[in-house]
Amino acid sequence: SVGRGGACTTSAPSLHITFSLSLSLSLSLSLSLSLSLSLSLAFCSQDIRNTVGNIPMEWYKDYPHIGYDLDGKKIFKPIRNKDELDEFLDKMENPDYWRTIHDKMTGTDVCLSDEQVDLVHRLQQGKFGDVNFNEYEPAIDFFSNEVMIHPVTNRPADKRSFIPSLIEKEKVGKLVHAIKMGWIKPRRPKETAPQYYDLWAKEDPNAILGRHKMHIPAPKMRLPGHEESYNPPPEYLLTDEERQVWEQQDPDERKLSFLPQKYLSLRAVPAFSRFIQERFERCLDLYLCPRQRKMRVNVNPEDLIPKLPRPRDLQPFPTLQSLVYHGHSSLIRSISISPSGQWLVSGSDDCTVRFWEVCTTRCLKTMEVGGPVKSVAWNPAPSISLVAVSYGENVILVNPGLGDRLICSATDQLISSYEEPEEVKDQQVQWAVPEGKAQEQGQRLILTHPKAVKQVSWHGRGDYLACVMPDDGSSLQVVIHQVSRRRTQNPFHRNKGAVQCVSFHPSRPYFLVATQRYVRVYNLIKQELTKKLMANCKWISSMAVHPGGDNVICGSYDCRLAWFDLDLSTKPYKVLRHHKKALRGVAYHKHYPLFASGSDDGTVIVCHGMVYNDLLQNPLIVPVKVLKGHIITHDLGVLDVAFHPTQPWVFSSGADGTVRLFT
Amino acid sequence: MGGLQKKKYESGSATNYISRNKARKKLSLSLADFRRLCILKGIYPHEPKHKKKVNKGSTAQRTFYLLKDIRFLMHEPIVGKFREYKIFVRKLRKAYGKAEWGTAEKLRGNKPGYKLDHIIKERYPTFIDALRDVDDALSMCFLFSTFPRTGKCHVQTIELCRRLSVEWMNYIITLRSLRKVFLSIKGIYYQAEVLGQIITWLVPYQFAHDHPTDVDYRVMATFTELYTTLLGFINFRLYQTLNLVYPPKVTHSQPAVMLHFDLLSEFGFYCSLLSLSKLSALSASLVRVVSTAEAEEAELDHFPAEGEDGEKLAERLKARQDQDRQEKLFEGLKFFLNREVPRESLAFVLRCFGAQVSWDKSLCIGSTYDVTDETITHHVVDRPSLEKQYINRYYVQPQWVYDCVNARMLLPVEDYFVGVTLPPHLSPFVEEKEGDYVPPEKLKLLALQKGERPEEEEDNDDSEEEEDEDQSDDEDELKGMEEKQASSVKVTPGEAKPVNRQRAEQEAKAEEKRLAVMMMKKRDKYLYDKIMFGKKRSVREANKMSAKRKALDEASKANKKKKLKK
Repeated sequence: SVGRGGACTTSAPSLHITFSLSLSLSLSLSLSLSLSLSLSLAFCSQDIRNTVGNIPMEWYKDYPHIGYDLDGKKIFKPIRNKDELDEFLDKMENPDYWRTIHDKMTGTDVCLSDEQVDLVHRLQQGKFGDVNFNEYEPAIDFFSNEVMIHPVTNRPADKRSFIPSLIEKEKVGKLVHAIKMGWIKPRRPKETAPQYYDLWAKEDPNAILGRHKMHIPAPKMRLPGHEESYNPPPEYLLTDEERQVWEQQDPDERKLSFLPQKYLSLRAVPAFSRFIQERFERCLDLYLCPRQRKMRVNVNPEDLIPKLPRPRDLQPFPTLQSLVYHGHSSLIRSISISPSGQWLVSGSDDCTVRFWEVCTTRCLKTMEVGGPVKSVAWNPAPSISLVAVSYGENVILVNPGLGDRLICSATDQLISSYEEPEEVKDQQVQWAVPEGKAQEQGQRLILTHPKAVKQVSWHGRGDYLACVMPDDGSSLQVVIHQVSRRRTQNPFHRNKGAVQCVSFHPSRPYFLVATQRYVRVYNLIKQELTKKLMANCKWISSMAVHPGGDNVICGSYDCRLAWFDLDLSTKPYKVLRHHKKALRGVAYHKHYPLFASGSDDGTVIVCHGMVYNDLLQNPLIVPVKVLKGHIITHDLGVLDVAFHPTQPWVFSSGADGTVRLFT
Repeated sequence: MGGLQKKKYESGSATNYISRNKARKKLSLSLADFRRLCILKGIYPHEPKHKKKVNKGSTAQRTFYLLKDIRFLMHEPIVGKFREYKIFVRKLRKAYGKAEWGTAEKLRGNKPGYKLDHIIKERYPTFIDALRDVDDALSMCFLFSTFPRTGKCHVQTIELCRRLSVEWMNYIITLRSLRKVFLSIKGIYYQAEVLGQIITWLVPYQFAHDHPTDVDYRVMATFTELYTTLLGFINFRLYQTLNLVYPPKVTHSQPAVMLHFDLLSEFGFYCSLLSLSKLSALSASLVRVVSTAEAEEAELDHFPAEGEDGEKLAERLKARQDQDRQEKLFEGLKFFLNREVPRESLAFVLRCFGAQVSWDKSLCIGSTYDVTDETITHHVVDRPSLEKQYINRYYVQPQWVYDCVNARMLLPVEDYFVGVTLPPHLSPFVEEKEGDYVPPEKLKLLALQKGERPEEEEDNDDSEEEEDEDQSDDEDELKGMEEKQASSVKVTPGEAKPVNRQRAEQEAKAEEKRLAVMMMKKRDKYLYDKIMFGKKRSVREANKMSAKRKALDEASKANKKKKLKK
């Protein structure tokens, strides 16, 4: 309040508040002071005095009076209707405004006298209220070092001051007794420095506790590398980008726990700020980390590679791309080779079927059909020259008229020699003989199906033709035609799932039907399901049967090729994941132990697949060549592969509209 | 049929492990005391193989200890001491609360303490076991000895740490078993070989620490308690094996110091302080129990170990000789340390290799000769320039000493003169395997060690430049020719492409391998891919480093040229 007192002398408008503050302070501090002050205050005012005592004044807030006088009449508050403007005017005009305070106890304004103001000032300065009070009176030193002739007190000395104390004697006696009895010993000197001696003087390496047998000693700290040097080679310092990356990384993820730094001399090296933390972390590691012995097998990666016979020893197999057959303008879905190996037929999405001479890449014949060609298949019987072509809902049988004339005419005769039976059965497939231009082109029979035909497949004898019309759950998905009798039969009452492709067994009366995930082997004579092969893949795309008849390969859209051994199990004997993308076509060679797979990644992989006659010996499968050449168009690469019937050559048709021959 | 039903979690791994809280309750210790006990006894948690089984079906995160370990802790006498101490603290608090100062004083006089001798003996049944684990102990003691004498921990601990570390350094000096030193940004790494054990420790630079807040000093103090005991016993044993007096004493060669010392020896305290500081000066050798003049080392006979042929023996012998030569690296050299270099570290390293060291008298106790001594061969300086220089001594920067130690030979001093830009300081701990990146400085050093003279670089540069120019000339000519040819179109006879047999063979082999990799089993393929990925990554990193270095070198060369032209 001293500071405030200082302020009150300089600025008049703030006086009012400061005074009331200091007054209430002094009132609460000392009773006598407040009494005198209130008395003097009461003296100053006329006759309004506080009769209610020291009570909260808001109790009388809503009343016009405060308390009662001796006669029991109300003492009314002075009428106050000053608003702020009056207050302001009062402040401007009244010269005594600064020494006027509001007395809450009586509700009156009190004007302080000069003495009272003086008193307030003195109190604010921390002086005594009484002006005449001398606070520095000389002290009288009663008990000084000077010996005076008269004692300060004249009390005689106690008796106990000149006879020995019994209590003390008893205490001493007890101590003496305790010392005599050895209960109290002299305090031993404290051992400050630890005593060291030869702890391992009688060391016995066999005396290891059980616990320490399985004790794992803590691993030593990692030794520092060049990057920790105070003056590392410049390449170990981080560039700005690396530093930014380092700073953004989580401290646990950082490869280095510190930033490499370079100092020009040793005296410039500062203290490492994280030194204590790192040591502490090491301590934590030592007592909090579980320890484990980890056996690290030192594997030589070369040892993991299986030992396979060298491809060179497994020759012959196609190694080079030797011929390219240009001509189609759209992707070629299917190719097929004549049994003589001289001709090649290809069916494309540009609605044409082309016949090629294999050795010269010459296109001998182009036949336009009424839709994109889904599948072509050359009749495997050498005595018949007939090609099945499927487009839309139709399958046409074409006599290309290539090669031996005798065979061609014999084929024509065979087809024309058909005699209609007496009772015509109602068939689901219409057999028609084309006329006119189509007949000239070589078309011999047109089979119209109720649904779009995806694949055609010949039986080995060349009389039966199977067609696939994929339609999930329908009973009419596969039909088998007998060409010589122009008869059609639906072998299955019910099909499970959508049929992807079918194939005749080369030697036995089996019929293989591949749905999305399974391959079912039916016996056509007994008319029963013989086997159900589980391909372990999501969607089978293609299938081929080994000419020996005991093995089947399935290509799938999820990049796998499954090799089944029909004698062994219904699960694949081997699953090969050689391709990066979906497989589109697989094929076996007729004589050589080869099979090939074409995929959307544009490659044809040729594998050596040797099947032994000995049942105990497993087939040997060795990839021998990755053939590249097809250009990937619209994310499609190789669509079909086929082997030459006699030579170790493989043909592949691709989405780039070419057929390629690898020899 | 019949029999008692088997209950879950009553046998097998669930009964072999115990969670931390349960263990604590079993030992009836507070967490802090349990922690302390684990640190002292070297008990660490175990990771159970099937956490859920051990955790009785719950998957909550818990720390597990082996039940056997906890049973082992139950028999520890120190657990009783912990309880005594707890009671002591309680009594003391009570006495203080009642303002019974006499009782408090008496209690404080009987403060219970404990010793860790038996724990050390139990944890390290043989001396070699103890030596193997001394790395952390040394690092910790060296760190604690640099702490200020106030705050963080007891002054006695700090002084004890200082004493023990100085004793250790003196032992290493006497044995001359320092092998490698490395100045890192964290501190100075030392590596010594003691009784066949490789021991590495880290010493911080002599600066005040700003104490971090996220560190529990109680844990550190407990470790230090253990480590000081361990180190003390190790030091004792080591001094004993060398026939040295323990606690060590310094031999007094100078009578003046002797007199001074005698005068002071009346006051035990000052004596101990002075002897410690004398010892920590590292400039004098220690007193031996058997006072024979330098015990001549007996010629060691070499016996070939089992299954060791002549070559290996020769190799071993050569390594031994190399080591002997390294131990006498600085023998006969006289060093003077300027006041701005780290005195303790340099004195330690130099003395470890047989040099004589001194420094300014006002810098530290124990200086043996003055700057003006004419026989000084090397003066270690770490300031950009020096006013007064003596002709008959080399002024080198401190890095020279460390590099010499790591290279095991005296390197040419020219690169380390005062004010010269220092060559990079390489870590001696890195042993590059095949395929790792090796910095060119290291290659140069290896060549030096083999005894090849480094070629003059500048000449090389010049010749290279000339070659460059030649090449550019050739290129110009070629360009001209091409232009001429372009102007007049001609049909030239084609050249037969040379069939690169080797390359073809390699390609064939590579393809063969690729095909074989395709036939791998899935499990093997995974492992193979992982290994190959790691290999490729290391190769990539090495390539990145060398590319970075190349770019930097070229940049610096260009800078140099610019300066020359100016």
